[in-house]
Formats: sequence, C-alpha cells, structure tokens
Amino acid sequence: MKIPLSWLKEYIDIELNLEELARTLTLAGLEVEEIRLAGLPKPAADRYMFKYTGLSWDREHFVVAQIDEVMPHPNADRLTLCRLNDGQQELIVLTGAPNLFEYKGAGPLARPLKVAYAREGATLYDGHQPGEVLTTLKRVKIRGVESFSMVCSEKELGISEEHEGIILLDADAPTGMPLVDYLGDAVLVISILPNMIRNASVIGVARELSALTGKPLRQPGAGLLEAARLAALTGGEPIDGKAAVQITEAELNPRFVLGLIRGVEPRPSPYRVQHRLRLAGMRPINSIVDATNYVMLETGEPLHAFDYDVLIRRAGGKPPTIITRRAQKGEKLTTLDGVERTLDDFTILVTDTAGPLSLAGVMGGMESEVTENTRNVLLEGASWNFVNIRRTAFSQRLSSEAGYRFSRGVHPALAEIGVMLGLARMAAWSGGQIAPGLVDAYPLPPVDPIISLSPADVRRILGINLSPEEIAALLERLGFTCRTTENAVLVQTPPHRLDISEGSMGKADLLEEIARIYGYERIPAARLAEPLPPPRPTPDLQLEARVREGLARLGLQEIVSYRMTTPEREARLAAPDAPAEPQAYIRLLNPITPERSVMRRSLLSSVLDAAERNLRVRDPLMLFEIGPVFLPTGEGQLPEEPQRLAILFSGSAGLPAWDQPAPRKLDFYDLKGALESLLERLHIPALAFEPAAEGPYHPGKCALITSGGQRLGIFGELHPLVKERFDLGPAPVVCAELELSALLAAAPARFETASVSSYPPVLEDIAVVVDESLPAEQVAALIRQTGGRLLVGLRLFDVFRGEQIGAGKKSLAYALTYQAPDHTLNEKEAAQIRQRIIRRLEQELGAKLRG
Amino acid sequence: MSEHEIFARLKEIQRQGLEALQKVQDEASLQTWRTAHLGRSSAVMQIFSGLGSLDKELRPQVGQQANLVKQALESAYAQREEQIKAASLQRALTSEKLDVSLPGRRRPLGRLHPATQVLNEICQVFVEMGFQIYRSPEVETDVLNFELLNIPAHHPARDMWDTFHTTSPGILLRTHTSPGQIRLMREACPEPIRAILPGMCYRYEQTDASHESQFNQIELLAVGKGITFGDLKGTLDQFAVRMFGEGVRTRLRPSYFPFTEPSAELDVQCFLCAGKGCTVCKGTGWLELGGCGMVHPVVLQNGGYDPEIYSGFAAGLGPERVAMMRYRIEDIRSFWANDLRFLEQF
Repeated sequence: MKIPLSWLKEYIDIELNLEELARTLTLAGLEVEEIRLAGLPKPAADRYMFKYTGLSWDREHFVVAQIDEVMPHPNADRLTLCRLNDGQQELIVLTGAPNLFEYKGAGPLARPLKVAYAREGATLYDGHQPGEVLTTLKRVKIRGVESFSMVCSEKELGISEEHEGIILLDADAPTGMPLVDYLGDAVLVISILPNMIRNASVIGVARELSALTGKPLRQPGAGLLEAARLAALTGGEPIDGKAAVQITEAELNPRFVLGLIRGVEPRPSPYRVQHRLRLAGMRPINSIVDATNYVMLETGEPLHAFDYDVLIRRAGGKPPTIITRRAQKGEKLTTLDGVERTLDDFTILVTDTAGPLSLAGVMGGMESEVTENTRNVLLEGASWNFVNIRRTAFSQRLSSEAGYRFSRGVHPALAEIGVMLGLARMAAWSGGQIAPGLVDAYPLPPVDPIISLSPADVRRILGINLSPEEIAALLERLGFTCRTTENAVLVQTPPHRLDISEGSMGKADLLEEIARIYGYERIPAARLAEPLPPPRPTPDLQLEARVREGLARLGLQEIVSYRMTTPEREARLAAPDAPAEPQAYIRLLNPITPERSVMRRSLLSSVLDAAERNLRVRDPLMLFEIGPVFLPTGEGQLPEEPQRLAILFSGSAGLPAWDQPAPRKLDFYDLKGALESLLERLHIPALAFEPAAEGPYHPGKCALITSGGQRLGIFGELHPLVKERFDLGPAPVVCAELELSALLAAAPARFETASVSSYPPVLEDIAVVVDESLPAEQVAALIRQTGGRLLVGLRLFDVFRGEQIGAGKKSLAYALTYQAPDHTLNEKEAAQIRQRIIRRLEQELGAKLRG
Repeated sequence: MSEHEIFARLKEIQRQGLEALQKVQDEASLQTWRTAHLGRSSAVMQIFSGLGSLDKELRPQVGQQANLVKQALESAYAQREEQIKAASLQRALTSEKLDVSLPGRRRPLGRLHPATQVLNEICQVFVEMGFQIYRSPEVETDVLNFELLNIPAHHPARDMWDTFHTTSPGILLRTHTSPGQIRLMREACPEPIRAILPGMCYRYEQTDASHESQFNQIELLAVGKGITFGDLKGTLDQFAVRMFGEGVRTRLRPSYFPFTEPSAELDVQCFLCAGKGCTVCKGTGWLELGGCGMVHPVVLQNGGYDPEIYSGFAAGLGPERVAMMRYRIEDIRSFWANDLRFLEQF
C-alpha cells in the first residue's frame, strides 16, 4: 500500500520526521518497505533504517511558474517557446511538450498555465532515458535558441513514469512558490499484513498512527459530506424507486448500497487528485472513476460506478433492479480488462434483469462501465464474503485493487460511508447533483464482538501488569469502546474491523492489539521458569549425528541435495539386465521445473548427481549424504520417509603431491575399509559381508553388509553399463547405501571395553596356500576361532598368486599377535597355538603352509 | 734389525701415519687409513707380530714403544674421526636446506555440510537451554500443514505460503516445520513442551540468489501453564547471545502468522557490525532472523491443550539465512548445488 504523506496529514497531525514516522509504523506491524521521496527532502538522521528512493526538489531550483504565452520556435515545428514568469522574472523557456501545442501562437493567455519549473542548476531525472537517471540543467543551445531551464513532466520530477507532456498544475497554484511547498510529498510503501486489510487505506494508517502517537484522528471529508448532504436536499428526485437491490445470498453479500448522481460530466480530475492517485500507484482515468478509486484508497471500501442510463436501457426503460447471485455454470461476462470470462458456479455476481454486470468485488463489466459520455451514475458500495471473493479471484487469475481488499474482508459498515463520500467527490470534480437518499440492502450486519478481558489474561499471556483502565486506554486509541469494571474490561469491537473473533480467540486478538500499541519493546524479557518436560530420548538423531561425524573423520565430505528429482534421473540406476520397472513416486502437482517433478526414492542418485557435477573439480571424490527418501504408501496417504546413508568413492586414493607418482585409484576395498571403520565405531556386532549381485552394482564387486544376519546395506562398484549412463570419467566408482534404521537396530546401546595387557606379545607370520575360490574371511575366521583368547591381533598383509604356488591357488599371509592378559607367553605356548591353527587350516580348508 | 733401527722404524711409522691422517678428509678415506695404519697388516701391527723374533730382553721395550705408537695413532684417529663427523654434519646441515615454501602433502579432510554445521550449532544452543529435538515428516497433509494451524482453505493467510502440492489430494510438501507442533502436542499433551523441530521445508518459489524452493527451518515450541510473551523475548535474547555473542540484542516487530498471536518478526542486532550499520544489514543495524509469537489458542486446542489454562510460544528460524549472514554467502542456491569448491570452504 502506497500512502502519500500529504494525504495522511489530512487525517492526523504528524510531528515525526519521515524516518521516525516509518519506524513508528514498522514497529507496530505496518512495515514500511520503502520511502519514496516525491519532492520532500530526506530527513536528517544518524542512521537510516529504511530505503529511500525518489527525488527531492530544492527550494531554489524548483518553483511554481506560470506560462503567459506559448510561441512557435523559429527553427523547429515540434518545439515551442514559452513566455514564463517564475515569480522573480520573465523568461523564455523552450519545450517540446505536446500538451502545449494547443496554445501555440494563440497570443497572451487569458488564464495563464501553471507549471512546475526547474531553474538552471536543478538536478532532476532525465525524461528521455528509461528508468531514473539524474541530470543537472545546464545552459545549451537547441536549434539556435538558448535553453537553461525547463518546465517539467512527472517523470522528470520523480512523481510517476508519465512523460507525455508537462505537468499542468491547478489554476490556483501560487506562482513563485517553491514547488516542494506546493506539491512536495513522500510516499510510504507499507506492506499490509493479511489480518490488517483495514489498513490498506489512508484512514486506516492514520488511525494506527493516532493510536501510536496519541494525536486525534480527523473524520474523513466531514465538510465535503455536509456540503453534499445539503446539495442533495435540493438534488431533485430521491433515489427511492429509481433503483432496487435484491440480494439472494446474504452470507455471500451481507450489504449492498446504491447512490445516484445526475448530470455529471466526466473530465480529467483536478491535478492534485491525479497527482495523489499516481503517488498511490493508480492511474487517473476520469473524474468519475478517479472518485471511486480515491475513496477506496482513502477508506478501504472499493466502489463501483455504473452508467445509470445503460442500466435503464437494459431494463427496457424501467428503473433497474440490481440482483446479486451466484453465477450459473458456464455463464459468461466480459470484464473491464476486455477479457471474456467463463464463470464458476460459486462466483457471486452483480447482475440486473438482463444478465451479469460485474464480477462482484473483483472487477466491473465492460458494458455498464462509465465513459466520457456518461451523465448519470449509479454508485455501488457493497460487502462480500472474503473467502468467496478469494476463490473467484484465484480461479479467474484476476487481481485488482478491489479484489485485494474484498478477498481479505471489508467491514459492511464502510459501504455506506464509501458511497456517500464517492458521490460527494463526484459532485465536486464532475459536477452533477446527488439524488437524496441511498438504496441500502443490509440483510446480514456482522456481529462486532464484545469481549471481556481481564488484567489476569494480560498477565498470563503477555507477562505484564496492566490495570483495567490501562487496558481500556490502549484499546480505545484504536477505536474500541471499553467499559471497565473492577477486574475486567468489556471491549466492543469498532465497526471497521473483521479481524477480531469472539470468546477466547477474541481475547488473543485483543492481547495482540494491546501488545502492539503498548510496544513489544516495552514488554520485559523473562527466563523460562516452567517445569522441564519429561525426557524424550532420540536415539535415531544421535546415531545419525555419530554417523555423520564418523564419516567426516574418515575424510568424507557431506553433501545435501535437492530432494526433488525426476524418475528419469533415478532410472539411470536401474539394474542393466532387469526390465525397467516403473516406480511409484510422490509426484508434485505444480513442479517449478520439469527437472524437479518428484520426490526422490534414491539417495544414491543424489550422490551420483553431485559426483557428476564435481568430477572435473576435485580428485578424489569421497562424498556422503544422509537424508530421507520418499516411498509412497498409497493414494491420500503420507509416504514413508526412511533415513538413508549413501556414500560414493571415486578417483585417487590419497591426494596427489608434487613429488609422488599418481596415487592408485580408490576401489571396492577402500570403501569397504571406510565402512568397517564406521561400523566398528558404532560397535555393530557380528558384522559380515556377503557377495551379492543386485541393483546398479557390478555382479562380481558387490557385497551385502549384515549384522547378525540383518541387512544393513549394500555396497560395490558401479556396474560398467550403469556407469555409462552417467558422466563419470574412467576411474571406478564405488558406492554404498545403508538404511539408518537398520544401523540403529544393530547398534548396541552400550559396549564393553577390554583391558590392555601389560605382558609382551609374541609376533608371528603365517602364510597358507588355499584354493582361489575360498573366501579369505573363512581362513581368517578359522584362525581367529582357533587362536581364541590369546590371539589378540590378526592382519592379512599379503595375497599372492603365481606359478610357484600353482594355478587356481592363492597364498594368504597373515601377521598374528599372541598375548596373554596375565603372564608373559613362552615360546612353547605360542608354538602350540600355531600348530593348532595350521592343523585346522590344513584339515578343514585344505590349506598348505607356505615355506 | 738393530734395536736402534727398530725404534727409528717405529718413529717413522708414527710420523707417516700421522702425516697420512692429516690428508684424510672424509669418512671413506678415514676407514682406508684405519685399515692401512691400524689394521692387522699395518706396519705397527707387524711390529707386534714380529716381537717373537726379537731378543728376549728387547721385547718389552719394543712392545712398550710399539704400544705408544699404536695409541698415538688411535687417539689421532679418534680425534680425526670426530673432526670429520662434525665437518660432514656441518656440511649436511648447510646443504640439506628444504624449500619450506613447497606445498605439503595434504590428507583428505572430511567436513560436514555448512547447513548441518549451523543447524547443529543452533540446536546445541537450544539443547543447552533444555529444549528437546523432535523430527517430523517432510511430506505432510494439508490438515496438519494448514488447517490445524488455523489456516483454513481459501483463507487469505494461505497466500503467505506458496505450496508444492502432490498429485495425491490433501498431501503436500510442508511449507514450514510448524505441522510438527501439532504432532508433538498431540504426543506430549498434557505434559509441558520445550522442543526444537529442525528440518527441510519447501516453498513453490522461483529460485534466485535469495530465494530457494527447499530450505531448513528450526521451529521452537514451548507449551506450559505460565509461559508468556516475556519468556519468548527472554529465550530469543539468550539464543542471540549464545549464538552471536555477548551483548547482541534482539528486537521483535509486530507481524502476522495465523498460528501465533501476538505474532512478531525477530530481528537480531547485526553481529557483523555490532549494530553500527554495514552492507550485510544494509545499514539498518538489524538482521531478520525469522518469525515468532505466542501459540494461537486454536492451535493449542488442536494440539489438545486447553488455551484457558495453557499457553506457549513458537518461533521459526532459518539456519541457511544465519549461515549466509555469518559467512557472507551471496547466493542461497550454493547450499544444495553441492559444488565442492563451495563446501570445502567450511
């Protein structure tokens, strides 16, 4: 909402400077987003909290001047020379303004033209450049005539984008007056909160300001209304019988008011009115339409003007009857913007006996709109159900100033005052006579809630102690009517607010108003003194944190990806030999881009995306992500959101250095080692790796990770055919996917330590030759089992294949550490264990000790 | 050989040995010298081995004299050895000079994502203040995300959230962590609540440098029998001090959220310029951190708490926003783009 300062000042005295004013409003919830200067100087302040834009007009260089004669330019048809008086002297000013052509060569003007004049040295916006480019007026010659100053357009003065012609001020503008004193203004651009639509109006903001500063609120257009009322007494036939209203659904249309004015002449509004409308962001149309917009900006009540004669014609010469009703399905209406609209059956319409006239509360229809030729105007002020208006505006994708207000709730009380003010302004700007009386159909007046509020309520929620009188004083400043008793205040909601509920919800509404006007900053901070809630263990979150931190310690980089993807991206991970099965996805109804149309099912896919993106940036890639995947469970049901872990390794094992040969590439065993370290850290018992061939993995380089037979996850090298579907370079890509809930189930709540023996260990190596097909883990398991308690360390340090040991064989070399917790092992004991181990290896696995 | 000759011979052996030792400059020739002059076949050792052929009475004298020569050579050798070692160490120390400016051999360093880091930090602050962490689903029902939070269908307040809907009617991507409030209240009622609800949220928004369609939020919820707006202020003040440093103040500006009343925007004094005004706070001295307020009676009721007895406060903070301000991150899209050149800076 754009509020011109000069307009605001019509309703309230303001002693604050612009910065203070904006701060006062902002700290009461009327957030000022920008202060646009339209002539006024930027206030002095130590620090500015707000964004200032626009132009200041200094008093020396910008004045009101008058053009006494418009003369042709000797060398250019499209330029004119103006004999201009700036209050100090007469000068000749050159201009190309087309709106002066009609005066060219007409000799001295009987009624001089009042203009905004910028003297030499003035800094203003360049009218010929797009946007706001500052320029300073200097002495130049244009087509042989010297020029050093100018008569200005709105664009040049920063009022609007208008640069079609120069500003022609109202005739009563005093020549020689500094322009800033006559027209200077500033616009507060206020962001209106959804529950504060009452403040999308100049009076609304003035009322808030009155509550905040204590200055009284002046009633709108009091003098004007009185004048209109007097004029109406002699205004010919009353409206009674000239128009009627029928409301079919009071729920949707609680009130409908009509007024009539006869004999108007639509014309351009006075310059000051146009100026204000422009500052408030609206385009002046003509003095009738401008009056409706002006009153809407002023009061918050949108009005609609019908050409009365069109309505009579539609009614076959009889007085029209306005009917408000829901549209029939498929009914059509061409709105003011020229669009023919097919209406929904919930949409409420303003119609007459001949059919739809306007989209109620949103936009008028083309046929009955006011034109230059309109002479009699029927003026509508109504109120509508905001939910219904919002649905219509949404369904028609139609935004309008009226729709903006009505879709947030306008109090029906405003309809009457809006129509009266509208008629008065039409009479003032367009001539014409107001017909006495109004047609007022008001089937459903709203309940303006009465709420009982006590100091205890205030203390309980706000934590401050206020007496009933203090509570009443705060609320009365906002227009509430209060009656205090010893322990409570009975608060009557004023008839301009629809945001106050009844009962305990209403109490909360009032408490907010009290806090706002009292000042949030004055409420003292406290330390929570409530009892703590019972403990709530979060083993899942703790495990997740340990996994994250454990992986980072192992040198992995955590990533976090977009959780929206496409089925096609994820399909790249389908097993190459299996037929692609369509997966069920959580699909977005309104994706922002086709690239993010579903919620991911695969975390590995996210990590692979990141690997593709970074392949040429970093070597090695050691990435992991922890996060949910989304598995649909059925229509109308929430999906499962299991938390997963995905890891990816690719590239060099270790970072390259200037004196080192290129490191080998990371492979299956690097990832396996990382997983072992991680799972060991979580003390997962009975960890086992079993060969597997599933999903996107190489069938020979893939393993299931289990703990006590329960599956924790899977890892392996990407299948070459799967890898081809990605942009992933030549190095092997090894990945893992683990289910965090499985880790949580497997991880023990506690673990025990073993004491460290202080007796010296016996170290020994054993190399055995076994069949190639025998998994190494079987050898190790047998050694561990046989070694028992005394075998405290077992490490495979070599795997050898070669002619010496024969084809189909491999040699596994282990370093063994024997140690007893309670004495120094002697050679004999060590030899015994060794013998047992070798015997069992030979007997049970067919191993041969290698010399 | 005469006695005289033998003694002269010994003198000569000593002289030659010492003379040769003078010329020895390195470890290798020192060993060669040792073999030549003190080895088994050296001249002095041959004197010893020839003792037997001498007259019995000459032997002790010659032996004694030869011993003196041997000792003289040995001590000269030891001295020389020390000199040569010292010299070679000195040479090594002067010649083995590293270019300390050459790059070191780096070890891969693992890191947590910056969003995780800031999220952890914020959670830690609240956990220290007695708040419990609660996680709730990211795909939510319209009922929990909106209706039970006092945002009925077609209510103008819905305009505040641009929502991703799913093709399954009534199912959407949560636009805030607030639906977790209802879930938690229904679980905990009638016990008091002091909880933080961190997690990913989604808004139907065209992304640009300052808008992202996916973002983390940390919801704060306290419910009890005597919780006031003052407690909200105090809690946020404490948070600001613990998170941003001693003396950092907060400010609450009236605002509107359907699920809180009174509602407020939370500003924190710019921690980069201590409120003096800088480019990050755009000269205002304040940074916007999130929204907050007293839990709306309708929401309390929907959570199972009687609003005439219980009260509570709630707040929503944006950890990515905190990270952006703190690390001067210019583009919010950097967070989920997973460019390691960005992530490795944290």
